[in-house]
Order: sequence, then C-alpha cells, then structure tokens
Amino acid sequence: MSSQYPALIVVVPLLAGLLVFIAGWVNKKWCFPIAVAALGISAYSSIGLLFRVINEGVIVYKMGGWDPPMGISYYVDHLNGLVLAVVSVVAFLNAIASKRSIEDEFPDNIGAFYALYVLMVTGLLGIVVTGDAFNLYVLLEIAALTGYGLIAMGGGRGSLSALNYLYMGTIGACFYLLGVGYLYIMTGSLNMVDIARILPDLYQSKAVMAAFIICMVGVWIKMAFFPLHAWLPNAYTYAPSASSSLVAPLVTKVMIYVMIRFILTVFTPEYSFNILAVSQPIVWLAVIAIVMGALLALKERNLKKMLTYIIVAEVGYMVGGAWLGNRVGMTGAILHIVNDALMTLCVFMAVGNIVYKVKGADFENLQGLFRKMPFTMGAFVVGAMSMIGVPPTCGFFSKWYLISGAIQAGHYGFMVALVFSSLVNVVLFFRIFEICYYEPFSDHHGHGDEHGHHPEPAMDEAPVTMLVPLFVIAVILVLVGLYTGDIVNQIIDVAIPKGLV
Amino acid sequence: MADIVSTVVDNYNYWIYITLMMIGLYAIIAKNNLVKKIVGMNIFQTAIILFYVSIGVKRGATIPILEHAHGSHGYGVVHAAEYVNPLPHVLMLTAIVVGVATLGVALALAIKVYNEYNTLEEDEILAQIREE
Amino acid sequence: MKIIGLIVAVLTGGLLVYAAGDFPAWSDPASPASTYLSPHFIEKTIEETSVPNIVTAVLADYRGFDTMFETTVIFSAGVAVFLLLRTSGPKTQQTRLYRHQLTGVTVRIKEGAELPPSDNFERIDRFWTPHDLIIKTVCRLLIPFIQLFGLYVIAHGHHSPGGGFQGGVILGASIILLAISHDLRTAIKRVAEKLDAVLCAIGVLIYAGTGALCLLLGLNFLDYKALAPVLHVDSIMARSHGILIVEIGVGVAVMFTMIWIYSNLSSGGKYNQGL
Repeated sequence: MSSQYPALIVVVPLLAGLLVFIAGWVNKKWCFPIAVAALGISAYSSIGLLFRVINEGVIVYKMGGWDPPMGISYYVDHLNGLVLAVVSVVAFLNAIASKRSIEDEFPDNIGAFYALYVLMVTGLLGIVVTGDAFNLYVLLEIAALTGYGLIAMGGGRGSLSALNYLYMGTIGACFYLLGVGYLYIMTGSLNMVDIARILPDLYQSKAVMAAFIICMVGVWIKMAFFPLHAWLPNAYTYAPSASSSLVAPLVTKVMIYVMIRFILTVFTPEYSFNILAVSQPIVWLAVIAIVMGALLALKERNLKKMLTYIIVAEVGYMVGGAWLGNRVGMTGAILHIVNDALMTLCVFMAVGNIVYKVKGADFENLQGLFRKMPFTMGAFVVGAMSMIGVPPTCGFFSKWYLISGAIQAGHYGFMVALVFSSLVNVVLFFRIFEICYYEPFSDHHGHGDEHGHHPEPAMDEAPVTMLVPLFVIAVILVLVGLYTGDIVNQIIDVAIPKGLV
Repeated sequence: MADIVSTVVDNYNYWIYITLMMIGLYAIIAKNNLVKKIVGMNIFQTAIILFYVSIGVKRGATIPILEHAHGSHGYGVVHAAEYVNPLPHVLMLTAIVVGVATLGVALALAIKVYNEYNTLEEDEILAQIREE
Repeated sequence: MKIIGLIVAVLTGGLLVYAAGDFPAWSDPASPASTYLSPHFIEKTIEETSVPNIVTAVLADYRGFDTMFETTVIFSAGVAVFLLLRTSGPKTQQTRLYRHQLTGVTVRIKEGAELPPSDNFERIDRFWTPHDLIIKTVCRLLIPFIQLFGLYVIAHGHHSPGGGFQGGVILGASIILLAISHDLRTAIKRVAEKLDAVLCAIGVLIYAGTGALCLLLGLNFLDYKALAPVLHVDSIMARSHGILIVEIGVGVAVMFTMIWIYSNLSSGGKYNQGL
C-alpha cells in the first residue's frame, strides 16, 4: 500500500469530505469520526511518504497510469514531502481541537462545515503534492472557495471581509493561471519538471519573463505579501476559531511553498536570481513587509488581529529569505515554513480556547487569564516564545538561518528588519502576558465583586479535547527546535538544488 | 511598417484578451458597487479563457473530434495537422467551471453583506463600519 | 481608487503587451503548443482509449484527475453557498398565506391553525405575483425535451461535443426553468432539498469512487484499465467505459449542484417562492 501513499494523501480526505457531507444529512454523530479518521490516514501517509523520500529519493506517482508529460503526475521530493507532513499534521490536530467549538457554533450545519474543512485540507495537500502546473490551479481554487465559505461563517464583518478576500484571491489565482498559460504557449507543456527541462533555451524570451512575474504576483496576492496584504487581517480576524486556526497557519505557508517550487524547480535558481536580477528589490519589499507588519501589529487592541499582522510580517521573513539568493537564506525560508505553520497553529489554537471560554479576544477580555486558564496560557507562552525566537523553541533556529543568510548576502537591511521584528514581537507578547498575569480578572457576569476586592478567579479551563492537541503542538514546537539539525541536514539540504550556494 | 501592422492585425486575439482583462481588473479595483466588482471579476476570468482558447487555434484545422468514428476501428491514419489542439479546450472547461463556482459563492457573500448592511455600495458600508 | 485602478490596469496591460511580442503568431501550426503534446493526443487517443472525441478523452482520462477536482470545486461552491445562506429557522412561520387556485381568494392561516382540506390551495408569499399562462404552458411543454437532450449530451459525449458538464448544466437548467416559470416551491416539490444535496455529493462520489476502485484493484488512482476484469472488456474499452461512468458522475453532480446553488441564491436561503 505504501506505493499508493501519494494518492491516499489527497484522495482519502476527498472521499471523506463527501461522506461527511452525506453523514450530515443522515446522522450528525458520524461527521467528526469520519473527518478525523480521514485526516489521520492522510497525516500517517504523508509522514510515511516523507520517510520513503528520505530513503529512496524522488517519488513520481502517475495518475491514471499516464506517463508524466501526457497525464498528471504527482512529484514528491524532499521539499514537498516535508511541507505535506506539516500541513496534514496541522490539519489533523486542529480538527480534533476544534470539535467543541464547531459543535457550539454550527449545531445545524456540522456536516457542511466539516465537508468544507476536509475539502480545504484536500486542496492544500493537493497544491503541495502535485507536479502539474495546471492541476495546482484547480486545487488552489478548491482551497480558496472552501476558505471563503469557512471564513464568512464568522458573521458580522466576516462576510464583507470574505468577499474582499474573494476578489483578491480570484485575481491572484487568475494571474497564476495566466502565468501558466504563458508557460504553456512558450513550451507546450504543463508538467513542472518537463517545463523546467524545456525552459533553459527560452530564458531570453520576454514572454517567459512575463510568465514568471505574473505567477509571482499571483502567488504574492494569495500569500498576502506586503503591498497586497490588505485582505488578510480582517478575513482571519472575523473568521470563526475553527476556521482561522486552519486557514492562518496553512494558506500563506502553502503559497510560499508554491513560490519556492517555482523558483527552484520550474525556473532554476540560476534564472530567478541571476538572469532576472530582481532579488534586491524583492528583499527590500520583504523588509518593508516585516517592518510594516510589526508596526501595524503594535497598534491593534485585539489579540487575534494582532496575530494576523504578525503573519504579514512572517510572510515577509520567508519571501525575503527565499529571495536572498543563497543556500542559507533558502534553508531558513523552508525551515520557517515548517516552524511558522506549527507556531501559528499553536497561538491560534490557544486563542481559540480563549475565545471559547471568554467569548472575545479584545485585550480587555484577557485580564486574569493566567489564573483562569493556566494550561492554555502555558501553551500560548511556548508559541509566543517561538514567535519571538527564544532558543529551545524552533522559531529561533529558522530566524538564525535567515539572519546568517542575510549576512552572507550582505543584505543588512533584511537583518535589521528581522531583529527589529523580533524585538517588536517581544513587546507585543509581553504586553499580552502582562495583561493576562497582572491585571485582575474582570468578571463580566457582574457577581462576586460586592465586597470591594477582586476575588481569586476560579479556574475555568477549556475542555480536554481542546487542551491535548494544544499540548501536543507545544511539545512539537520544542522537539522540532531540538531536531533542527536533522531536519536541515537530511531533508532541506537535499531539497535545495546543488546550483544554489 | 507594413510588417508591424500585419503582425498587430494578425495577432488581434491577443490584444482583445489584454483589453478585456484590463477592463475587468479596473472594474474590480475601481468600482464602488460590490456586484459590479463581481461582474468585473467575471470579465477578467473570461479574458483568460479567450487567451487559452487562442493558444489552441491552428490554421486549417477542424474541431478535435475524429471524423467517421462510428463503428469499429476503421480510422486509418490520423494527422495531427487536421485537428486543433484539444488541451486548451480541456483546461478551459475547468476554468469555466471554476468561474461559475466562484460567481456562485461571490453572489452568496454579496447577499449576506446586503442583509448585514442594507446596501451594496462599498463607501456606504465602510461609513457604517466606521460609525460603530 | 479610480486612479489606482487605472495605474494598475495600465501597468499590467503594458507588461502583457510587451510579452505578447514574443508569442508565436496566432493560429500558427508550428507553435510549441501545437507541436509538443497535442499531436500525441490527436493521433493516439483512438488507439489508447477508443474515444473519437479527443476533448472528452483528455478531459476524463489523460487529465481525469483535474476533472475530478473540477467537479469537487463545483461541489464545494454548492456547500459554501448552502452554509452561507441557508437559514435554519422554525419550519412553520407564524402566519402563512394560501391562495385558492380556482377562485383566487387568499387565505391567511394563523400559527397552529389548519388549512381546510382541499387540493386547490397553493402556498404563496407576501410578494406573490400572478404567473403568465403562456410562459407556464410553454415551459411545461419544453422541459421534457430539454431533459431528453441533456441525457443525450451526456451519453453521446464520446462521439460528439458534449459530456458530463454540458449535459449536467442542461439538466439543471430544465429544473431551474421550472423554478423561474412557476415558482421555487414547485421546483422543490420535484427535487427536495435533502435529495438534491445528497445527490451532489453522490455525483462526485461516483467519480472519486471509480478512481478509488481502480486503486483497490491494484493499479494507480483513476487508471481505468483496472476495471477491465470487472466490466468484462479489454483494457482499451475499459478506458472508454470508465470515461462514461465518470461522465455520468459529473453530470449528476453538476445538475444537482446547479439546482442547489440556484435555490439558495434566488430565495436568499429561505426556500420560499424565490424570484
């Protein structure tokens, strides 16, 4: 069965998405088990696949049995093997954690909600695993359409921000499609590896350059790279917890994977960094993205919205790292895809728990939370430390690679921006800790305050099903940090082509 | 000069698709009404479909369905030059379906926004949000 | 915003015009797109899949994996529209309006009250308008033929333009025509909401299930050759039959999703008389 892993990763969630939906109309109790089982199988297969790739090298899976340039084939190497494992594990953990909040918020439409959730994971996994440029577009649209639905369920401003996201997302996807069309008209092929084989003769062509630029702009819109980021903060803030903790860690990271795949595989690093010679302006854009993201985050008085601006800054890290044009920077960018997905999941899951109990994420809601929800806040601290970049957690190591890459490339602006953003993160998160720890718990129900002093708030922790995944992810954050050396040597180093030094 | 003119005229499909696409892009960014933006988005997608279909055109070729194909295997030799390129047609079937699906979700979101704010003009909605 | 829009459009347009200079001339038989992959499709399709309509063969077999997700896209759109709009309020409104079809008298039924037992009552909404007799009659006559044509388009997709998407849309349009010419309630009486929703999923399930069956029979996903022993045909005909099976799945999924999206959009999720 292990030769079928590449298909199982995507097909099992797809079938489960359909079955969950039917189960929603027949018996709602089956929805959760089907969804979690499918995501579990998918996560198991993708981890198995990652180990197979490490042992055996690149795996090509031919859909329908057709040879690559004719049919669609899945192409799994170290790069997407790693991203696949992260995406499927994040989706699996979040599905378990968000069970209670989904049941609370959408009691009537559990089936439809889980169907969209599982289909979105299908789309994201499909984007990562595919080796066909057009197939990527179709899955991009699945992930996008389900994402609009999931985000708009937040009610209130949710629908307006989802509509804005839809406009931007459609432009982004269409630009990508147009870029693929340009590649197709020049090469006649849609298979990524095949395009890469044909392209070197066409590197002087204006159309190929346009294809590269259009694809990049499309992907940047989708990942909310700085001047194109306007849709992200509102869309992620007003989404329901279950959706935002799926969408926030994964969508931007998967799009960064697509960007790196285009730089490394479809176009060679030689073309992207030397022939085009646009790395410098793009890294400077990333510098602006990081600084602006950090500054905008400082202004926010809502925990969730603050985190969304941190995501904008993190996108700047990865785009900048990838475009530094050296091996260390690229290693940092790929490692940061993994780390950022995990730590964003950690903090968003913690916020999900807080919203579940306190019904809000404004700073006033957070008072006294360390006493009220000590376990959730403990995991939140681990996630926050990782976002700041404190050594045992994984965030430190990717930042280390990014900064070394910046020094090696002689790009001190990027280095300063990284340090600046880390310092801002310190301010941001310690401000939260201060509110949660020192400021007394404000009881919104208005009782227990008659004697003129604040009572010791009773512990009111989120349910176990929400806490266990949160702990698992917090432990993973530290473990990934400890095993960074292995990940870099055995996976990422192999993933980057030899040509890039 | 005559060369340039004839190149420009011969490739008119490409210019039409670019014009359509820019109309769509302008409408998405500049229009104030949310439904007009959706219309612009559709024009934008349609322009790309026109582009892909233009790739598939081949002078002197017919639609990609083999002729005299009923009955058993009596086709003889099939010449690629006689039929247009089928691949862009297949791809655009997908793009059309994606366009319809996006349109459906966009309209549903527009209905939700209208229920929330009682208007579809973006500036009025933003004014209401600012008042809150 | 207008100026930004203009600048963005002009810049993008400029880039595209600049790049278009390097394109192969339009309709050039020697362009890379026409000489690299497409000759293989055109010349080998009949040997490899026994389907004369090359578009169908590429759509459902060579690139069948794309098409499966394309069906999923439309299914996800259906689910998203449903999730966004469908209001799950109390089933019976406080007051309901009924119209006696023979006399044209409108009856108001208060909460909990019963309608007099008669078949001539028609549930109406406050914004009810009388229907045009000509439109109603013509549509009623046309709909069976439209549906017949839809079935033909699905079934004959191997040999002529057509296939699951086109046929599914025609079939869906026939029910939507019923909803427009009469009202949404009439259409829902024919295709109940639950049936509609479940059939959307089943359509996609036919497609994905066929693929999974190939996988269980020991070949790669969607490799219809694996179906040969099950269908008792040789492996080339098995591809042809496999394409037909998935086209039927696509047809079912598209038809019911179209109806589903229409009913949710036209009534704003309330499932009243609609437009």
